[in-house]
Amino acid sequence: MLNQFMSYLGSNVTPGSANNQLWALIYVFIIFAGVSLAVVAMNWFERKALAHFQIRLGPMRVGPHGLLQPIADAIKLMLKEDIIPQEADQFVFWIAPVIGLLAAFTVYTVIPFGPSQAVSDMNIGILFMLGVSSLGVLGIVVAGWASNSHYPLIGALRSSAQMVSYEIAMGMSVVSAVLMTSFNKDGTGTLSMIGIVRSQQDQGIWFLFKFFPLGLVAFVTFVIAMIAETNRAPFDMAEAESELTAGYHTEYSGLRWSLFMLSEYAAMIAVSSIAVTLWLGGWLRPFPNLLHAPAWDFIFSLFPGLTFLGLAAIAFIGVARMPAHFSFKIQRIGLAVFAALLGCMALLLLLLAVAGRSADSSIAARFREGIDYVYWFILKVALFMYLFIWLRATWPRYRFDQLMRIGWKVLLPITLGVLVLTAIVGVLAS
Amino acid sequence: MSDETVKDTHRISSHAVPPRDRSHLHLEAPEKPHLDSNELIINMGPQHPATHGVLRVILKLDGEKVLGTECVIGYLHRGVEKIGENRTYTMFNPYVDRMDYVAAVSNGLGYCEAVEKLLNVEAPARAKYIRVILTELNRLASHQLWLGTHALDIGAMTPLFYTFRDREEILKIFEKYCGARLTTHAFRIGGCQYETYAGFEKEVKNFLTFVAPKIDEYEELLTTNRIWLERTKNVGVISGADCMALGVTGPVLRASGVKWDVRKAQPYAAYSEFDFEIPTGENGDTYDRYLVRMAEMRQSLRIIEQAVNGIPEGPIMGKVPKVIKPPVGEIYHSIEAPKGELGYFIVSDGSTQPYRLRVRPPSFVNLQALDVMVRGLLVADVIAVIGTLDIVLGEVDR
Repeated sequence: MLNQFMSYLGSNVTPGSANNQLWALIYVFIIFAGVSLAVVAMNWFERKALAHFQIRLGPMRVGPHGLLQPIADAIKLMLKEDIIPQEADQFVFWIAPVIGLLAAFTVYTVIPFGPSQAVSDMNIGILFMLGVSSLGVLGIVVAGWASNSHYPLIGALRSSAQMVSYEIAMGMSVVSAVLMTSFNKDGTGTLSMIGIVRSQQDQGIWFLFKFFPLGLVAFVTFVIAMIAETNRAPFDMAEAESELTAGYHTEYSGLRWSLFMLSEYAAMIAVSSIAVTLWLGGWLRPFPNLLHAPAWDFIFSLFPGLTFLGLAAIAFIGVARMPAHFSFKIQRIGLAVFAALLGCMALLLLLLAVAGRSADSSIAARFREGIDYVYWFILKVALFMYLFIWLRATWPRYRFDQLMRIGWKVLLPITLGVLVLTAIVGVLAS
Repeated sequence: MSDETVKDTHRISSHAVPPRDRSHLHLEAPEKPHLDSNELIINMGPQHPATHGVLRVILKLDGEKVLGTECVIGYLHRGVEKIGENRTYTMFNPYVDRMDYVAAVSNGLGYCEAVEKLLNVEAPARAKYIRVILTELNRLASHQLWLGTHALDIGAMTPLFYTFRDREEILKIFEKYCGARLTTHAFRIGGCQYETYAGFEKEVKNFLTFVAPKIDEYEELLTTNRIWLERTKNVGVISGADCMALGVTGPVLRASGVKWDVRKAQPYAAYSEFDFEIPTGENGDTYDRYLVRMAEMRQSLRIIEQAVNGIPEGPIMGKVPKVIKPPVGEIYHSIEAPKGELGYFIVSDGSTQPYRLRVRPPSFVNLQALDVMVRGLLVADVIAVIGTLDIVLGEVDR
């Protein structure tokens, strides 16, 4: 078993493709833990960023700068009474959040964090992703129905109509990205997520900039559709707080409610990952073909360490700016320890970048490479997460009929047009 | 007019209230069921994040389309008018602050002026100027609160915090002037109790320069925002004629193109001495009401500036007897509160307490227009229209 374990370290295929069950299981666990952690981090970051948009401070009391707030929230939610309304359909009410959560997390099996850093390299990856992510709507419909209450029902109906309509625009823009993969020497495209990133590397261009502005338009329509698909502002009709109190999860409380939140944020990260994979070159660092000298490789491999160094610096500044009052002592020490941890992480990554500098296939070099891939991928996804928060802070909410109009009358024709034009331009160019 | 006739004319009939007519809602099964869809009756409120307090609206929906509404009010009823009959004129003064609690100064102004009219005394010029300054500051505060909550209802979270940041400055001025921030009880019958504090004029002027760019800031977030335009244009349209038929006043009336402002039409306090405009709209939709209120904020700034610059010296309290005993008679006095025409009808029987006190609250009257405005629209628009009517349930229910 150890042999199998070690032998895979040197391979450059995903565990799914190598049929390596053990590594696949490990990857699944890592991704599950990572995504859950990312949701927690996103929860904190959203509250802080939103607060700063709105001239507030956001959570400040639980832990230094509210860093422990998500944990406190999680504990609170777990301890809350679990209410199932008497008139609700008990079993369906119970299973609805699980469906949503499963759909949101299953998508991650095909998301490539690196060329071999994925659970599996399915040859129909993007189709699988579209299919599974649209299962999430089932959880919402079922939740609204099972609650046996008017507000959740309306919320669920809105949500299902919205998700189904935006799925089409989303699918169409995905098709144009997939079409772009086929404009290479042998003229064959791919549906595999890893294959899509590879073909961006081969063609030497992110699909965002391909056939400018066609790629850009497809990308923008995808981003709009993905915001609508995940029910986020300005398309958050399903849970429009001011209209439907809380939409489909009005009757949910405690842990069940937190599962809905978890799946919503997991779905946000999932669709952002897809956007990154299709248009922003997935795990590729900027200019992998143009600046491919070993020196450039080394410089870019310093980025993860430098990022952590920057975070540590921000945390240390936070320590220095904290009031000197004795009641802040524990918070100050806590934040200092956190900053020190970030600093250690930065040092570790920088050391790794130096140790794995040579392009040979030593373990350190492979490990360094893997970290680079994951780092660039996460960085790009994080930008999308920021976009989600930014939009939420800035814009009012669309009305339901306007949302449908945009989906069917604006996005769908645009994506169809882009698809046709991409095909024409692609054929003419090759 | 003798005591007897007064009592007879204004006695409230105590016979049983007839059952409420709900026929307009067609709550019974529809006559012609199409397909097998049926109407949904949902209850919005009294605990609902967007009904601005304890308003309950029964909505009859076809899918999301509103077929009819019925407002159920009274959850915040405190019997303010009845309390007025059991308090002396002076004692009742703080109570009026609790009606429209976001525009307490306006309420107090209306009441004080009504009693002054009944007593036939006049507040000194300086008191009038102080009244105008504080009332206009309060109008600004009320409109800021309206803007924040209205935008929040339509989904824009951020303006709420901006408006509350700036409203805070107004409340600070109130606090310094009379010690209270919200229910100020700033005025007394016959003038003002408090002289302005040292540096009042300077602080108000500083506030004016501070808040003018902030109003632009709110507008930047909303006025040309496509989503805001789509959510507010042609939503909750009401014609000027309908407004007048329903008795709707204030910015809602002016947004429908009727140039009616009590400050101009029947000037009170010192308003006749100031130069300001009455902003009006054309379409009577939610967007126009938004624009009218934004313009009113700027007009308020103009009035405050003129008042602060021209504030005269002199006494702040008129010649009012210690025990207020107005002569027998009745009076109706109305002012332009931030939400519309706020009127006080006081019947005096010559004693120290009003025989009958009736308030004409703008929120209550304006709320009547809700049904006319939302029929045929969607659920989301109901929220937008409740927001744009700018109601305060403390005033609706009294």
